[in-house]
Amino acid sequence: MRLPAIVVLAVLTTAVPAAETVKLVSSLPRSGGLRSLTQSIVNGIRMAIDDAGMITLDGAAVTITYEDWDDASPARGGAWDPAVEKSNAVKAVADPDVMVYLGTFNSGAAKMSMPILNQASLAMISAANTAPSLTKPGTGDADEPARYRPSGTVNYFRVVPADDIQGAAAAAWAKELGTTKLFILHDKEAYGESLARYVRTEAEKMGMAIAGFEGIDVNAANYRPLATKVRSSGAELVFFGGTVDSRGGQLAKDLHVAGVKAKLMLPDGCFTDSLLTAAGAEALNDRTYITFGGVPADQLTGRGQDFAAAYRKRFGIEPESYAAYGYESAAVALDALRRAGRKDRAAILEALRQTKDFNGVLGSWSFDAQGDTTLRTVSGNLVKDGKFVFGKILGK
Amino acid sequence: MDWPLLLQLLVDGCANGLVFALVALGYTMVYGIVELINFAHGDVVMLGAFLALTILGALGGQAGWPTLILLVPLCALFCAGLAWLIDRIAYRPLRHAPKLTVLVTALGCSFVCANLGLLWGGLPMDVFGGGRAPSSPKSVPDVLPLENLLGDDSPVYLTARELLVAGLTLPLMAVLTWFVRCTRLGTAMRACAQNPVAARLMGIDVDAVISATFAIGGALAGVAAVAYALYNGTVHFQMGYTLGLMAFTAAVLGGIGNLPGAVLGGLVIGLVQSVTVQFLGGDWTNAVVFAVLIGALVFRPNGLLGARTRDKV
Repeated sequence: MRLPAIVVLAVLTTAVPAAETVKLVSSLPRSGGLRSLTQSIVNGIRMAIDDAGMITLDGAAVTITYEDWDDASPARGGAWDPAVEKSNAVKAVADPDVMVYLGTFNSGAAKMSMPILNQASLAMISAANTAPSLTKPGTGDADEPARYRPSGTVNYFRVVPADDIQGAAAAAWAKELGTTKLFILHDKEAYGESLARYVRTEAEKMGMAIAGFEGIDVNAANYRPLATKVRSSGAELVFFGGTVDSRGGQLAKDLHVAGVKAKLMLPDGCFTDSLLTAAGAEALNDRTYITFGGVPADQLTGRGQDFAAAYRKRFGIEPESYAAYGYESAAVALDALRRAGRKDRAAILEALRQTKDFNGVLGSWSFDAQGDTTLRTVSGNLVKDGKFVFGKILGK
Repeated sequence: MDWPLLLQLLVDGCANGLVFALVALGYTMVYGIVELINFAHGDVVMLGAFLALTILGALGGQAGWPTLILLVPLCALFCAGLAWLIDRIAYRPLRHAPKLTVLVTALGCSFVCANLGLLWGGLPMDVFGGGRAPSSPKSVPDVLPLENLLGDDSPVYLTARELLVAGLTLPLMAVLTWFVRCTRLGTAMRACAQNPVAARLMGIDVDAVISATFAIGGALAGVAAVAYALYNGTVHFQMGYTLGLMAFTAAVLGGIGNLPGAVLGGLVIGLVQSVTVQFLGGDWTNAVVFAVLIGALVFRPNGLLGARTRDKV
């Protein structure tokens, strides 16, 4: 399988020797339960590249190529693998044509590749990382985010709002739903646990009682004993910080089967069709509340609507939650490339830092000094009749 | 004392424990005769569960509890055939090879089966989510009613699912005990377990007995697969690993090679898990389960009910 691709590449490069090539790569979990989510990101990236038109660098038109890398491994059950993510970063740095690294999906994975890419001044843009400690001082360990920036400069950007915003929105929504007692679970991963902590902090501030806060064993056969614990605690709402890969579906199923009447609130990592496959409609209908740092594609306005229509036409499916964010991450990368005007990693990085009032499919936004988007929209979504439906906008 | 809560923990723990026990029986039977830890056993259960889901998916919305009459024998037959096949292809040629060779082969078989499950999960069926995400967990449709059999207001929750697990496993264990104690094949199995060479000298076809053992263990795995799929409600291509690990732990805890020991070990692990979740938190379940195992092995090196000592791998 490898050989023909290399041959084709070789033929291509020898046939057109004059044209420079600029390569974008993405590093996302492509073989696990998150595949349908990351597929929508990859689709978005491909669309953005096709929409970009001609880009001129150093006075000559360049060819933009894109490679879709996997950072998951079967050894980790199709979830991201630290070793694979690191080797992807090293591979990207070593390839002189790679100008932007699009990824990662999981915040834990970003922690692996950020320092490697930072030392090479290679720009990294994530469509989906939401752990605040990746960019915001004071939200994680004392040396975060400095330890991801060994060169002292910012090379990491993200187009989604971080979890301090999502966590606060989730807690506020729980309060609005009349919750007085909250049971918080998480998957013990960077993303899930940090989000769960934000929900706890905010919920306590709002005067809700925390009936429990614990990590789950992601390999357990079921969470029936945990469901019993939730029921006996009298909690009205269960928040789970985790993804479909870390058993969000099984948890929903067990709460349903064990007759727990509590509502279930899930974050963006579960906002994918895989959740519906894993838990089944009966376990989710009318009890599931899903927060998402952004808005679903059908709620986008302006350019976003055009994007959603073009996506449906091209791929024949609804754009899943992160499709527009995948598109935006590649679009802003290509825009920076154009503004830099040179095939030079440092120049592209500088152009990205200068991104101001970027007019994209998500609206008009900028990157702040830490690499975060200035967008702060979080949407609340529901499950009805086995389908995700948009509920409301949670925060601005 | 919060009695309803304790009773609920007992129900949860026993249901989980009985599934472990059924799988543990397969481990312990095979170990008793060929002294092989058949790592592929958990994955055979996984494939059985995938078959159960496929059948339910093919039946569409018509799946009700009578489906069980079809599901149980089909899955048992399928898993028995699969276990027999694995032995025939992978283990039998290595019967006289060093034990480590067979052990590594067993690990290999486990990976092969897990990957077959991954392929299977990619089938374009509705129950597999159209096959778009082969490795994500799949929901098993509700075959059994969800009502609480003790009444809606009862603080203890007992549904048809828990009864199904008990109804499938307990009679099967009784039959197995009778089979091993009282039938000719059972006697031959015990003879082979005690001394294969002597058994051969007495005219027992040892290879046939070993094949039969794998097939019986496989059939138990098939029933466990149905119980697992309907009780837990989701199947996943990697579920065989954790299930296998817990079942193997149960077999060792009870005394590997010992049938009642495997059942006892499974129940102990199920109960320890549910009690730990309630009183210590979900983070601690595995730590406590293995602490119990170590503690038990310190005082009873051959397991809770184990008596024999033979060289172990």
